[in-house]
Amino acid sequence: MAGEDKKQQPFDSKAASSLVAELRGAFASGTTRSYQWRESQLRGLLRMTDEHEQDIVAALRSDLGKPELESVLYEAAMLRNSCKFALKELQRWMMPEKVKTSLTTFPSSAEIVSEPLGVVLIISAWNYPYLLSLDPVVGAIAAGNAVVLKPSEIAPATSALLAKLLGEYMDSSSIRVVEGAVPETTALLEQKWDKIFYTGNGRVGRIVMAAAAKHLTPVVLELGGKSPVVVDSGINLQIACRRIIVGKWGNNNGQACIASDYIITTKDLAPKLVRLPYPHVLVFSLYGVVSCTLPYLFQVDVLKNELETFYGKNPLESKDLSRIVNSDHFTRLTKLLDEDKVSKKVVYGGERDPTKLQIAPTILLDVPRDSLIMNEEIFGPLLPILTVDKLEESFDIINSGAKPLAAYIFTNDKKLKEHFVNNVSAGGLVVNDTTVHLAVHALPFGGVGESGIGAYHGKFSFDAFSHKKAVVYRSFMGDAAIRYPPYTNGKLRLMKALLGGSILGILRALFGRS
Amino acid sequence: MEEETEALEEMERELEEMRECYRSGRTMEASWRKSQLKGLLRLLREREEEIFRALHQDLGKHPAEAYRDEIGSLIKSVNYALDGLKRWMSGNKAKLPRIALLTTAKILPEPLGLVLVISSWNFPIGLSLEPLIGALAAGNAVVLKPSELAPECSSLLANAIPYYLDDKAVKVIQGGPGIGERLLHKKWDKIFFTGSARIGRKVIAAAAEHLTPVTLELGGKCPAVIDTLSSSFDRKVAVQRVLGAKFSFSAGQACIGVDYVLVEKKFSSALVELMKVVMKKMFGESPRESQSVARIVNKHHFLRLRSLLLDPLVKSSIVYGGSMDEESLFIEPTILMDPPLQAAIMMDEIFGPLLPIVTLNKIEDSIEFINSRPKPLAIYVFTKDEPLRRSMVSKTSSGSIVFNDAIIQYLADTLPFGGIGESGMGRYHGKFSFDTFSHQKAVVRRSFLVDFWFRFPPWNDHKLQLFRSSYHYDYLGIVLTVLGLKRTNRASKGI
Repeated sequence: MAGEDKKQQPFDSKAASSLVAELRGAFASGTTRSYQWRESQLRGLLRMTDEHEQDIVAALRSDLGKPELESVLYEAAMLRNSCKFALKELQRWMMPEKVKTSLTTFPSSAEIVSEPLGVVLIISAWNYPYLLSLDPVVGAIAAGNAVVLKPSEIAPATSALLAKLLGEYMDSSSIRVVEGAVPETTALLEQKWDKIFYTGNGRVGRIVMAAAAKHLTPVVLELGGKSPVVVDSGINLQIACRRIIVGKWGNNNGQACIASDYIITTKDLAPKLVRLPYPHVLVFSLYGVVSCTLPYLFQVDVLKNELETFYGKNPLESKDLSRIVNSDHFTRLTKLLDEDKVSKKVVYGGERDPTKLQIAPTILLDVPRDSLIMNEEIFGPLLPILTVDKLEESFDIINSGAKPLAAYIFTNDKKLKEHFVNNVSAGGLVVNDTTVHLAVHALPFGGVGESGIGAYHGKFSFDAFSHKKAVVYRSFMGDAAIRYPPYTNGKLRLMKALLGGSILGILRALFGRS
Repeated sequence: MEEETEALEEMERELEEMRECYRSGRTMEASWRKSQLKGLLRLLREREEEIFRALHQDLGKHPAEAYRDEIGSLIKSVNYALDGLKRWMSGNKAKLPRIALLTTAKILPEPLGLVLVISSWNFPIGLSLEPLIGALAAGNAVVLKPSELAPECSSLLANAIPYYLDDKAVKVIQGGPGIGERLLHKKWDKIFFTGSARIGRKVIAAAAEHLTPVTLELGGKCPAVIDTLSSSFDRKVAVQRVLGAKFSFSAGQACIGVDYVLVEKKFSSALVELMKVVMKKMFGESPRESQSVARIVNKHHFLRLRSLLLDPLVKSSIVYGGSMDEESLFIEPTILMDPPLQAAIMMDEIFGPLLPIVTLNKIEDSIEFINSRPKPLAIYVFTKDEPLRRSMVSKTSSGSIVFNDAIIQYLADTLPFGGIGESGMGRYHGKFSFDTFSHQKAVVRRSFLVDFWFRFPPWNDHKLQLFRSSYHYDYLGIVLTVLGLKRTNRASKGI
């Protein structure tokens, strides 16, 4: 009887405040600072992922309909790699970095010491709910912090799994999970944290930063944007399309922050076609010779062809595509598709099944720039193609909008590549592929402008959760009277010479000659 | 009201012009950046006398102080930036695993765009131009808003900068809190603010509207922990350095100045006696005539500092100095012994020439004392004791920590200069200035020649196995799987 009466206590401001106080006590005790603790926690995450891979796959299937291979590779394997990399490098990261000192501070030695920030809050997203919750946790632990993780309520099975598993495998005096939605997140955001790490959209990102402002808490915001793919002629179109497809629909069916959002290409692609081992290449070469006006259809056909190879003729039944996460997003996406301006521009796909929350891979051609689909991050299986006269125009189009999290270009033209790399501003750029930069530990992963603040992955994760403290050691020797009052013009002369750094100048000043 | 709207529109127009200028790509060129830095160098050399005059007028600084802290330091920083610019602009290659055939990765720094630098009044030239060096080296267009509380310096900058720098891409906007407020609500690609925590909160709250990244250089109560030193030589040096750091840098109005001293009870009287001797040497019998102490910036701060001494318990703890002259806004360098810890002088950042000495039973108690207060911008520790040194580094947290000296970290180009917690976020100086005004863009280039066919759907166990081997960099495994010699293992925990 008593068990039935037990109600879940709401997680309100008071609960949040006492949680933070508890973790501060744990942090102050120094537990999280030792190498042993950090190493044991990282190993815990690794074991947890190994021993429960199937549970993770099941939770992701329940939350997102995610294909097993995506779950294993993009969530479990990536998280494992992150742990392993941190374990391998941890000792080196924790060591102070000696720095050179110069004449102006002579004699002295100096170093930069990495210390944990304290108690940090990590708020994660729903599309890669396992990875995006734990990858930042890896950085926070490696840097020696106490952590509160708030997984996304839009992926409830994964959220529950994380709460259960982290409770079992991690040191719960310093690592906790708080499940919940807006009220719980609000309660958490009212507290004073030493850092807040948020993955999600710009609207909530602003709320997080405004809450952090009250306590002068630094933040990392991993947001999103419309990641464009510029496609040039004179390339291997089949490979390019495959890479675009796997980067879009192969990533949670387009519900990924760095998935290609839209394509920009020229109206005039035909003369630079590349030979393909498919029968219709002959037809399209003729097309190219006969008519230069519709050659972009060639590209759409390559896309269509590859999509069919990957997902079959009835993609709504393919087991290799995630579903749309929930009915809100389903409605949002169908609205984008059904807007008058674009509904006639669908050249492939467009099928949907509201009962299964599935939308087939869909391509739209020549959408107007003021349509809804071109004015918000799509985050779904719809791929609009914008056409321009000259490819150089695409850079202006991209730069006229908010800076995206990623931007891609497929080209063999060296000048175009350089122009793209030097002039397009985005979190990260990839030439001749999409999304792969995510997997490179040595590259910072983060946005710029509307797509985010800060970065992580590899050592950047460790740095994001550390304070780099400058430490200077001076001896009592080597003082110059010129440092101190009373101030005289003679001292001024000498000071000028010293700060100027030239030995001759110093000698001159000492002998009163400058 | 109309004037207000007009002024706002005018500001927006100016900013839009600057954004246009940035978009034209001019500021990204290495040659432009070099020319701006060289322009700053010329400004500092040619306008030196004017700068001395302005600093004397605004703060009563002697040229030696002005040169040491502002002009000289800036010249050093500009030269450092000119020296490093090419290297900094070229970015870094990123290491890739061997499996990433024919792929290159690199981190390329790019400017953020149009940035806002808001500076403070205590080192009005230094704190305006030091961030400017970083912003220009990184290729941004910049708006500088100097502090209105140092009006001569603000005017000087407003006149000189358009003359020496590119006036389409670098502008000075003068004004008080009203202008500051208006500027804050515009859309910037970065805001760099030096000042108080109170305004710092406003800055980051305004920045949140546009998701603008910020660097906040704030303040705090920077303690100087003085251990019992046996050598009289060391004692003299320590006292000189602490008193110099307190009183000869803008009369204590410095974010990294010494705020208060912590010392063991048994050493405290010897320390105070030594301090009195050194004070006389540095400032003479009449500090005001010595011209070696700056004055308080304005009446508001003068009255604030005076009120710190109104509490009778605080007043009675004065052991040296204490005289004040409202007309000349001068406060004599003053030392206090153990004022009550709840008094305002021990709760708020003093930012003036009043030095409280707090005595402790054991010097190690200073760790808890410091940790029970907000994290300061700097901690100074004077000791030769190795265990104490190690404890101080590992058990306290501050922007920086310096042993056996103070303030000197400001001059080090290789050390990040910034705070933590209430003392700020972000850092600058040297290359850190360049980085703070840059976006580190990740760039990956791939070839069409190599792809792993198992990258693409439809998925099957075979492809899964290949992926497992790839992630493991298990090249042999890949070959064997492809040749059909390795069984696919679904339950494999190999990844």
